[in-house]
Amino acid sequence: MSNTDKPFLSVRDLKVHFPTDDGLVKSVNGLSFDLERGRTLGIVGESGSGKSVTSLSIMGLHRTGTKRGAPRISGEIWLDGEDLVAAGPDRVRKLRGQKMAMIFQDPLTAMHPYYTVGAQIVEGYRAHHPGASKKEARKRAVEMLDRVGIPQPDKRVDNYPHEFSGGMRQRAMIAMALVNDPSLLIADEPTTALDVTVQAQILDLIRDLQKEFGSAVIIITHDLGVVAELADDILVMYGGKPVERGPAATIFESPEHPYTWGLLGSMPRLDRELQDRLIPVKGTPPSLINVPSGCAFHPRCPYAELTGGRSTSEVPVLAEAAPRHHAACHLPIAERHRIFTEEIAPRL
Amino acid sequence: MLVYLFRRLVNVVFMLLVVAAVTFGIFFMVPKLTGTDPAMLYVGKIADKVAVEGIRHKMGLDKSIIEQFWLFLKGVFVGRDYNAGTDMTHCAAPCLGYSFKTEREVWPLLLNRVGVDFSLAAGACVLWLVFGTATGVVSALRRGTALDRLTMTVALAGVSLPMYFTGLVALAVFGHQLGWFPINYTDLADDPVAWFEGLVLPWVTLAFLYAATYARLSRATLLDVLGEDYIRTARAKGLKEPVVIGKHAMRSTLTPILTIFGMDLGGLLGGAVLTEKTFNLRGLGYEAVTSIQSSDLPVIMGVTLFAAFFIVMANLVVDLLYAVVDPRVRLT
Repeated sequence: MSNTDKPFLSVRDLKVHFPTDDGLVKSVNGLSFDLERGRTLGIVGESGSGKSVTSLSIMGLHRTGTKRGAPRISGEIWLDGEDLVAAGPDRVRKLRGQKMAMIFQDPLTAMHPYYTVGAQIVEGYRAHHPGASKKEARKRAVEMLDRVGIPQPDKRVDNYPHEFSGGMRQRAMIAMALVNDPSLLIADEPTTALDVTVQAQILDLIRDLQKEFGSAVIIITHDLGVVAELADDILVMYGGKPVERGPAATIFESPEHPYTWGLLGSMPRLDRELQDRLIPVKGTPPSLINVPSGCAFHPRCPYAELTGGRSTSEVPVLAEAAPRHHAACHLPIAERHRIFTEEIAPRL
Repeated sequence: MLVYLFRRLVNVVFMLLVVAAVTFGIFFMVPKLTGTDPAMLYVGKIADKVAVEGIRHKMGLDKSIIEQFWLFLKGVFVGRDYNAGTDMTHCAAPCLGYSFKTEREVWPLLLNRVGVDFSLAAGACVLWLVFGTATGVVSALRRGTALDRLTMTVALAGVSLPMYFTGLVALAVFGHQLGWFPINYTDLADDPVAWFEGLVLPWVTLAFLYAATYARLSRATLLDVLGEDYIRTARAKGLKEPVVIGKHAMRSTLTPILTIFGMDLGGLLGGAVLTEKTFNLRGLGYEAVTSIQSSDLPVIMGVTLFAAFFIVMANLVVDLLYAVVDPRVRLT
């Protein structure tokens, strides 16, 4: 298969719908993005925006863990020339942990409490290297622990997860994820459960490792500060749909979507002196069963009436606002720029 | 670890002492309240006053409660001599006294009885552990299917139906009607084949009762465990589903099962009254019932201590095993 003309990871019109007793939950409802090796994409959004479900769908982990029937998934997820949506579960399992790996939010609950850290890394290695002896796999585990900055890795390899500190556990999780040199690494809220002091270290580690291994990285977070550190590109999700997409610098400099403005306004900034208080995004996240008509953000959007009724009747599509910068908003571009420079930017 | 073990063993001894003291207190109080005379019970109805007094003195029943309790405890550890002048009886350690009814030593009697309970428990516990857990696991993995609903209905029946109902039905159908199994208990030493055949029905009936609980517990636990983050991690590593379930999920599921297994086994060794009664087995439970009916207090006391011993020991073994299973548990 020729992979040269296609991006390394290409998600096309991804939809993930979960049937429940109350109705169909449209967790992800039409998402497309591309990601190349060596690049980092930050997917940002509040709880229920569909960012975690997206990552689980790529990993093929959405198939399990639902209580009322399997989710309906449509669209395409091309990874290195192979469509993961169409691929059989066993094929996806073989790619999992090998070509694509994932780091989870809470490293304490994400590791099995009854097995040593080393055993859990060894297991991941041997699952994809059936020929590897236990000794080789253990050597590899020690090497990985050393690589992620765990002191005395040859001793700590025999510790249980509860004997590690939170930051060390996340490092070990990263070692576990990277043990097979995956080309795609998905980090789902990798620092949310950690102390602030440790967060920066973990982010640095992810950045260093990415440089070293040249893998594609997806960082999923609700914290714009995290993506500011790491991401080359940012995708903002709201109610299961992308609302803004562009290079990280552009998103921070001249965000187009009112929801992104809200996210920026609610982010604490240490690099700015003048900041009276954080401004929360008003209202509550939308229902994913009865998604608001038109623009899903309109009930919370302070500028909805400026669209002349289109925001309630018409679903906005991602449109180019600047080169490589897209937003899904009914407000005219000139109007958006005026609001941002006059009302939003001074408060940030 | 050794310190922990030592502390726990001291604890065991203390627990048994408390049980012994309370039982002994009741043993001492009951004759006072009911107006029966323990010495009279030994001698029988048509006894003359001299004989009763002789027995009272010989058995030490004329001493104070503290002194009697001390002699009883001493008897357990070093044996005891009952004497009244020239008439002396030696009761070797561990001495639990003499039955009022049969005037035989309690310890050998109970030792003989407990063999039945060991036989009963040995077969039944293997059956219920294997079938109960397996049923629960399959049910959890096939959650919501007809198979799940069927097994859980059967399990509910198993939990709700009393032993004496399922047992009697089993006896009537497989013992009497079809004649597949004998309905007598034979000692293992006498005839292993007959021992086995005679125990099949009690094993299955008892195992059905317990297996139902184990099926429900293992199903609920496994469903909980399958929702854990570390199961998702195991899948994210690309492990095959049988490894995810069989290794990662089962390891966590078996822990609570181990706990109640220890308790159940300990309780069962201390006598299974209903099962023994239903299948006419002469175990500790049977002995407990008959001794209570005849106010045979030394035997009641012995049975109580036996049962307490098994339960306390089972507790200890479970706690020790727990530390082996779960590395987060520290024995300190």
